[in-house]
Amino acid sequence: MKMAGARIVLECLKRQGVDLIFGLPGGAVLPIYDALYDFEGLRHILVRQEAAAGHAAEGYARTSGRVGVCLVTSGPAATNLVTALQDAMMDSIPIVAFTGQVPTHLIGNDAFQEADNVGITRPCTKHNFLVKDGKDLGPIIREAFHIASTGRPGPVHVDLPKDVLVKEWDLVWPAQVHMRSYNPNYDGHPGQIKRAAKLLARAKKPVLYVGGGVISADASAELRELAEMAQIPLTQTLMGLGSFPMEHPLSLDMLGMHGSYYANMAVHHSDVLVAVGARFDDRVTGRVDAFAPHAEIIHIDIDPSSISKNIKVDVPIVGDCRRVLVKLVEALREELREEPAPAIREGRRQWAAQIAEWKRDFPFRYEWSDDVVKPQHVVQEISNATGGEAFIVTGVGQHQMWAAQYYKFKHPRMWCTSGGLGTMGYGLPTAMGVQAANPGKLVINIDGDGSFQMNSQELATCFTEGLPVKTVIINNSGHGMVRQWQRIIYKERYCAIDLPGVPDWVRLAEAYGCVGLRVTKPSEVVPAIEKMISTPAPVVLDVCVDKDECVFPMVPAGGANTDMILEPPTREVRDKAAKSQTGF
Amino acid sequence: MQNGNEPRKHTIAVLVENKFGVLSRVAGLFSARGYNIESMSVGETLDPSISRMTLVVRGDEFVIEQATKQLHKLIDVIKVTDLTDESHVERELVLIRVNAEPSNRAEILRTADIFRARVVDVTPVSFVLEATGDEGKLEALIELLRPMGIQELVRTGKVAIARGPKTRVRRVEAPRKPRVADDPRVVGFAD
Repeated sequence: MKMAGARIVLECLKRQGVDLIFGLPGGAVLPIYDALYDFEGLRHILVRQEAAAGHAAEGYARTSGRVGVCLVTSGPAATNLVTALQDAMMDSIPIVAFTGQVPTHLIGNDAFQEADNVGITRPCTKHNFLVKDGKDLGPIIREAFHIASTGRPGPVHVDLPKDVLVKEWDLVWPAQVHMRSYNPNYDGHPGQIKRAAKLLARAKKPVLYVGGGVISADASAELRELAEMAQIPLTQTLMGLGSFPMEHPLSLDMLGMHGSYYANMAVHHSDVLVAVGARFDDRVTGRVDAFAPHAEIIHIDIDPSSISKNIKVDVPIVGDCRRVLVKLVEALREELREEPAPAIREGRRQWAAQIAEWKRDFPFRYEWSDDVVKPQHVVQEISNATGGEAFIVTGVGQHQMWAAQYYKFKHPRMWCTSGGLGTMGYGLPTAMGVQAANPGKLVINIDGDGSFQMNSQELATCFTEGLPVKTVIINNSGHGMVRQWQRIIYKERYCAIDLPGVPDWVRLAEAYGCVGLRVTKPSEVVPAIEKMISTPAPVVLDVCVDKDECVFPMVPAGGANTDMILEPPTREVRDKAAKSQTGF
Repeated sequence: MQNGNEPRKHTIAVLVENKFGVLSRVAGLFSARGYNIESMSVGETLDPSISRMTLVVRGDEFVIEQATKQLHKLIDVIKVTDLTDESHVERELVLIRVNAEPSNRAEILRTADIFRARVVDVTPVSFVLEATGDEGKLEALIELLRPMGIQELVRTGKVAIARGPKTRVRRVEAPRKPRVADDPRVVGFAD
């Protein structure tokens, strides 16, 4: 049976199991919106700006484990979407983005709302397609979902010329996807797994360093089994938060630039470091030649190009984190059957004692104040109020780091943050996608006043689509993270960081039909959070906090992780820093 | 044995899907990482749905390892082979338009003869020479012709194939090219 290309697109989405798309119509995709008019089984959420459609699809994908879908028109819509695509690329989030395109005979003619969409998205997607022939629609959409969700997940973009959507075609739906050029390797090499197990069995100071790959692979249970069986302390990257309960005795919290003192010290002094689904990002390693200098490194990752990219590894294991961890647990159990040598046991005992000492002496900490709200306190109270059972989304900046440091994460797939790209404005639209994927659940967007402003128009979407996202603005009247760097590294030469006073967030929320709340005193924080949670509508809670507060610990850019500073540096330290090229 | 950290030239053969945009994906991969492609040649293989690229890239072991891994990561790339340390044959074709004054015509022809280059175009004042060979041979020829005055020079970029009986491309039946004699409209054509 022949049908219009637009209808084929929707049919294919349905067959692919898609129930929700985020989008914004326009000229080139009007045929799809026309087909959507009486198409059953697909919910469409109308966003206010195209990047928000992409971020919402990311939020949907990250919390549901399924592929997120967004649909926008040609030209400016596609270019607006680019930020979200690159964001998903950096964080390995499976989304499929559809854009409209001018009719095939006009491509290259500088037609109205034309852009070289596939040319623009090529470097910021895992793969992209331009559909030139309607009979390819089915196979391409099938491949797009396959590519997005398998191997190292990522965004796939499908560009749809208008004439392909209008003309009638036969629906071709391949029973399965076979691509000779794309066959990700899922099972780790047994020899390497054995080597890793032997190393771990003999390790005196092992550390697990786990990232977002554990979450994509749904490997939290296997990870926990490994950590507990061999009693290996575990630190998580920003992307990996939630893969292991923070309140577990083996947890070292986050590592890296704003990670915990004890995580960075443990990694630095470790003799065997097991990286699982992490990519040795520069915010994690600091100066690479000083990263884990004494450790033999085992790296488990599905992407061969991640291995030995930044740090030379000793035991590379290419494969799906879950499958590899299952095998590693088996192999290690075999190795641990024999009682370890007394020297190793003694080493492990000392290691545990050393870590306990670091944890006791250098926890995350801040100065309490009775007069002004401390941002860390806000996150702590959100954590207390939700017991780690809420979906947490953030923007990018200081508030993001405080959320990562002070929220007690319990479960995987309940934390969304822009890790790789650091996209300000990520919070609200992503939270919207999370809420749409998890109706009835509590979704809290911890945002900054600078970050929130970049996509605050989506309050309208939250209101009209009935998505009761709770936003807590950690409001320090400026770009706090930039201010922190200017204070610590640029000698307090503050430049272009103030966002004083406007808008009035409470009135802005109300203008969008949402509920606005404001807190200015520490004593008001807890009641306001409770009120926010119990309000069934979308809420913006504006918390005016101490603008001088900085995120510590901090590893200045270019420094080694052991150069981390725990409090604002003295003038002497700063002057020394100013003389060196790398900071501290 | 070369030090692995010394940058050197690598010849990389890449089998890719013969689809539009693939060239740009490969070129984009190199430009995005600041790697320089010294030469690149592309052509269809026996299987018309597969193209083969021969890339010459300069880099140390680390750069080449990343480049080959990243190439392999591209969805349309089927196979990546670094031929550098394998026994292989490399060839390049060059066309050279060289001044041919009466005083040096004979010398040009002698030089061409030594290099087994052919004269493919002649005018009273110039020759166009065609030569194939590996890089060293072509460089030597060019150096010898330079004093005569080279007006224009075109090189194809390198193609390379491994020595020995092993085939890098899956053996595929060559599709028969339609011949002129197959066309019923052509009558009495001696094929």
